[in-house]
Amino acid sequence: MTESDSLQKTPLYDEHLAAGGRMVPFAGYSLPVQYTSLAEEHTAVRTKAGLFDVSHMGEVFITGPQAFDFVQNLSCNDHSKLAIGRAQYTGLMYPQGTFVDDMLVHRMAEDEFLLVVNAANRHKDVAYLQGLAKGIDGVVVEDRSEQWAQMAVQGPEAPGIVQALTETDLGAIRYYRFVWGQVAGRRALIARTGYTGEDGFELYTAPEDAPTVWRALLEEGGPKGLIPAGLGARDTLRFEAGMCLYGQEIDAETTPLEAGLGWIVKLAKGDFIGRDALQSQAENGTERRLVGFEMLDRGIARHDHKIFLGETDQNPVGSVTTGTQSPTFGKALGMAYLPTDHTDIGSEFFVQIRNRRLRARVIKLPFYSREKKSVSA
Amino acid sequence: MSIPRDLQYTKSHEWVRVEGDSVVIGITHYAQDQLGEVVFVELPAVGDTVETGEEMGTLESVKAVSEMLAPLSGEVTEVNEALEDNPNLINQSPFGDGWLVKITGSVEGLGMMDASGYAALLEAEQH
Repeated sequence: MTESDSLQKTPLYDEHLAAGGRMVPFAGYSLPVQYTSLAEEHTAVRTKAGLFDVSHMGEVFITGPQAFDFVQNLSCNDHSKLAIGRAQYTGLMYPQGTFVDDMLVHRMAEDEFLLVVNAANRHKDVAYLQGLAKGIDGVVVEDRSEQWAQMAVQGPEAPGIVQALTETDLGAIRYYRFVWGQVAGRRALIARTGYTGEDGFELYTAPEDAPTVWRALLEEGGPKGLIPAGLGARDTLRFEAGMCLYGQEIDAETTPLEAGLGWIVKLAKGDFIGRDALQSQAENGTERRLVGFEMLDRGIARHDHKIFLGETDQNPVGSVTTGTQSPTFGKALGMAYLPTDHTDIGSEFFVQIRNRRLRARVIKLPFYSREKKSVSA
Repeated sequence: MSIPRDLQYTKSHEWVRVEGDSVVIGITHYAQDQLGEVVFVELPAVGDTVETGEEMGTLESVKAVSEMLAPLSGEVTEVNEALEDNPNLINQSPFGDGWLVKITGSVEGLGMMDASGYAALLEAEQH
């Protein structure tokens, strides 16, 4: 069986076809990589608003009297202050302190947590979680991904657009908080989260309600500049915002400390999976670190391109995790792992792009933040 | 989708226009549409020798890198320097201002298609 034979459709598949979406296989789903133009979709999110189908994301529930202790043990972040109605970003850890996945932990109730995980990792994550839950009374791991659709409305106009379709006071939902409400008359979990570097919401609905909500958002948002946006823009947006993508910046070989995610590692919270490894790394320092860079020579660095410190060096010292032409800044930017002693802002190195070795320079991450809106060295 | 009748086409979606001893080369409207907005172009140098079917440069969109294949063998006599500052010409005018290179050589016997042959190929690829 080929991949295309077994591709799943999201509840919004027909909406994508109607909007002219160019469908591609992604994590087992058929999803739009773009509708009309990646650059247009990217710019719409930065300046107006974009609507993404992110129904492929996994929704895993952890419930039971032991749910809190269970989540606290498998995550590197500290959820002890995570109140009901709030979300936190964290890593699902291997004992080596590396990533099974990165995820958002939502506290739905005292003894109920919703983990939103990467589609490509969902089955692996669920198996890992169920393995950990085995033998523990009082915790249930349940993959409810098929029972949820998810849309992301992102961009400066997003709050106004969603507000027009709901009675819920969105002004009261601060960043990384969520409430249950109605959007376009359908029950939705309204979360002020996202993966673009812009303000906005992620809306979780029942699959059968998703097309109604999708159409209402397009109708309400259209006059305000909202357009549907595909996976291509989602990737360039998260990249400019310096957000990690599993399989590129982070994976089973990388730790949060190497990836510049020290802020999600809470060694003081008590024991958790991977703590010893992370503690030792925190004390001794990491050998490599994730950096942002800009190309100095003409060329675009891409995922897996090798990095050299010298123009004629034989051995690469790292590789590009993500590289692209940045639609916001109009220049070639990238993220890469470099030896820690070579990660100062302004350090120069070479990227092997096909048969040429081109100069690049370390710059500050994130490239883009909505307060600054600039590439800063 | 436009397919000019005065050009010849390859299976890999390049077009050629024979002008005496020299052949102008570009990519088709369909090819640029598949690629998306071109943001970077790496062209061969004037004087380079290229071989039929071999890579002679690259076209990059935000998302993807695409090889520019030589539709014939010969020597590069001119490259479209306007593309360096404005690669988007390939999207705006794939059959006109977005041309890529000129090569001296012949397309005889290379199995080029005419416009109707190319239209049939596109039809087949899309179904």
